[in-house]
Amino acid sequence: MREITLSQAVNEAIAEEMRRDPTVFLMGEDVAEAGTPFKVLSGLVEEFGTDRVIDTPISEPGFVGLAVGAAMTGARPIVDLMFGDFIYLVMDQLCNQAAKQHYMSGGKLTVPMVLRTNMGATRRSAAQHSQSLQALVAHIPGLKVAMPSSAYEAKGLMKTAIRDNNPVVIFEDKLMYQDKAPVPEEEFLIPFGVANVKREGTDITLIGTSSMVQVAEKAAELLAAEGISAEVIDPRTIVPLDEATLLESVRKTSRAIVIDEGHQSYGVTAEIASRLNEKAFYHLDAPILRMGAMDVPVPFSPALEDLTVPTPEQVVANARKLCAGELIHAA
Amino acid sequence: MAKAKSNTEDYLRMYRQMVRIRTFEDNANQLYLSAKMPGLTHMYSGEEAVAVGICEALTDADRITSTHRGHGHCVAKGAEFKQMFCELLGKAEGYCRGKGGSMHIADQSHGNLGANAIVGGSMGIATGSALRAKLQGSDDVTVCFFGDGATAQGLMYEVMNMAALWSLPVIYACENNGYSEYTKTEEIAAGSITARAEAFGIEAHQVDGQDVLAVNDLTRKLVARARKGEGPFFMELMTYRYHGHHVGDINREYYRSKEEEKDWKENRDPIIRFRAHLVSEGIATEEDLDAMNAEVEKDAAEAVAYALDAAYPDASEVDQHVFAA
Ligand SMILES: Cc1ncc(C[n+]2csc(CCOP(=O)(O)OP(=O)(O)O)c2C)c(N)n1
Ligand SMILES: [Mg+2]
Repeated sequence: MREITLSQAVNEAIAEEMRRDPTVFLMGEDVAEAGTPFKVLSGLVEEFGTDRVIDTPISEPGFVGLAVGAAMTGARPIVDLMFGDFIYLVMDQLCNQAAKQHYMSGGKLTVPMVLRTNMGATRRSAAQHSQSLQALVAHIPGLKVAMPSSAYEAKGLMKTAIRDNNPVVIFEDKLMYQDKAPVPEEEFLIPFGVANVKREGTDITLIGTSSMVQVAEKAAELLAAEGISAEVIDPRTIVPLDEATLLESVRKTSRAIVIDEGHQSYGVTAEIASRLNEKAFYHLDAPILRMGAMDVPVPFSPALEDLTVPTPEQVVANARKLCAGELIHAA
Repeated sequence: MAKAKSNTEDYLRMYRQMVRIRTFEDNANQLYLSAKMPGLTHMYSGEEAVAVGICEALTDADRITSTHRGHGHCVAKGAEFKQMFCELLGKAEGYCRGKGGSMHIADQSHGNLGANAIVGGSMGIATGSALRAKLQGSDDVTVCFFGDGATAQGLMYEVMNMAALWSLPVIYACENNGYSEYTKTEEIAAGSITARAEAFGIEAHQVDGQDVLAVNDLTRKLVARARKGEGPFFMELMTYRYHGHHVGDINREYYRSKEEEKDWKENRDPIIRFRAHLVSEGIATEEDLDAMNAEVEKDAAEAVAYALDAAYPDASEVDQHVFAA
C-alpha cells in the first residue's frame, strides 16, 4: 500500500469531502495561499477557490462563531484553529453555542461543523503552543472528539467528522504531520466510537491516544523482550468512547495503563481509568494506572520539556511493576 | 410617526403583533409572580416596535438571532403562544420540548435561530448564517438582535470586521434600552454606538425604536439592499424596557427613577402611539382595536391555561438530543 504523511492524509480527506459535498467549506487563519503554517492545507485553495477556502482575520471567537451559524443554517464548515492552545479563546462559541444548540432546541437545530486543531509538546514551543487540551472539550456534552494516531486514522476520522451532524473537534499531533503510514488509495471512512486493537497481548492493556499510541507500541515491543505480553488499544475517538473494546481487553489482561498527552489531573486518562475500574473491578489484578503529561505548564527548555510527557521507557517500567504485583502509588 | 404607507393589512398586523408581545409578557410576568413559572425571565414590554418593525420586514426564509430578552423577537418572527408558554413552563410541547426555556427559545420554522443567554453570544451565529447565505447564493438576510450592553463584547468587533470585509447580508440591530442590568449605558459605553460600526465602513443608522413605522421603513430599505449584496448594516434602536432587568427586579429606584419610567410609558409608548396613528388616519376605529386587543388577550389566556395543564417531558427525554443522529 502507498504511504503518505499525516499532513497529506488530512489534505486528501478534506479535498475529497469538498468535492463530494458543495456545502463543505474551510475557514481559518492563513488557510488559503499559505495552506497553514504547517502546510497541511496546501493546494486546496487552488482547487476550490477563495470562496470555499477562506482566510480569516485573527479572530478565533469570531470565525468559530461564524462556523456555528453557517452550520446551523445548512453549511458544513471546517474551521482551522492554528494551535490547540487557542481553544481557550473560543470556549464560549464551542461549548456554550455549538455544543448545546441541538439539545437546547429540543433536537430542532443541528451544528454539523468540524474544528480541526492540534496538540502535542516537545516541539520546543513553550507553554502557550504545546498544550494537549482534549480533556477540556471532551468534558462538554454535545461535542465529539477525535484523536488520530497516524495518517490512516487522520484521513478516515476527518471524513467521518465532516459528514457527522454534530460539532466535532479533531486534535492532530503537530509532531506527527510528517509521519508516514500506509493509507489506501480507495475511499474509506473510520466510524466514531470504534477502538482499534493495534497489538494483541495477554498480560497488560496499554490504552493510548494520538501519539501516545506510538509510545504504547514501542513499550509493548520492549516488554515483549522481557516476556510481558502487552495489548495496545487506540480508542481513536474519546467521545464517543468504545468502552466495550477496552473492557473486553482489560477483562482478559486484568491490568491497564492509560496514556494521553493532556495533563494527568482531571484528564482523559482519569476518565478512562475510572470507567474501567467501575465496570471491570473484579477482573483487575492491579489498580489502573494513569499516565498523562506532568501537571506543569509546558517548559521551553528541552532539558525540562522532555521530562513532562510519558515515554516508552516510563510505560515499560510501570508495566513491569504492575505485572509483578507491585503498587506504583501505594498509600 | 414616520410617513404613513397605505397598506391597511400590514399596519393592523403590526399593531396586533405589538399587542401580542405586550400581552404575552403580561401573562409571563403573572406566571412568575404567582410562582407558576420556573426560573426568571426578561420582559420585552416597551420595546415592541423594535422587534415588530424589523421582523415585519422579513420573510420566513430570513433568519434572526435573539437574546435573553427574546420573547418579543420570537412572537414577532411568527411564533405561536401555545408552544411559547409551554416552553416557558418547561413542558414537552414547548418549541424546544422544554429544554431551552425562556432564554433559549428557538423557532426554526420561522427562521428564529434562538435566544441566547450569553450576552452578545449570537453575533457569530448571525454573521455565520449570513456567510452561509452568501456562499450558497441564497438571498436571505439575517438580523442579529442584541442589547446596548452587548456592544462591550469583543466578539462584536471580530464579526463586524468579517461581515464588512466580505459584504455579508447581516443587519446588526442594537436595542439600546439605556441599561444593561442595573447600569446606565453611558457608564459602560464610551463614544457613540453607531460609530463602532462606521469604523468598519458599515453604514449605521440611529432610529426611534418606539416608532414602529420608522423602524419598519428603515428595515425594509436595508433588507432590500442587503439582499442585493450591499450589506452589512447596523441599526441602533432607541428604546426602553418597562419592567426590571428581569421579572424579579422590582425595586429599581437605586438605578432609575420612577419619573423616567413614567415618561417613557405615558409619552413614548409604541402601542399607544401607533394606535393613535391608526385611528387618526382612519385605518381603524378605537372599537376595532379594542376588539383586537380582547381577542389577543383571550388567545393568551387560553394558551396559558393550556400550557399550565400540559405534560412535562418524560424522564426518558433527559438524555435525548445531546447528539444529532
Ligand atoms: C457574557 C455574559 N456576561 C454577563 C451576563 C449577565 N447578564 C445578563 S443580561 C445582562 C445585561 C445585558 O444588557 P443589554 O445587552 O443591554 O441587554 P438588555 O438586558 O438591556 O436587553 C447581563 C450583564 C451574561 N448573560 N452573559
Ligand atoms: Mg440594554
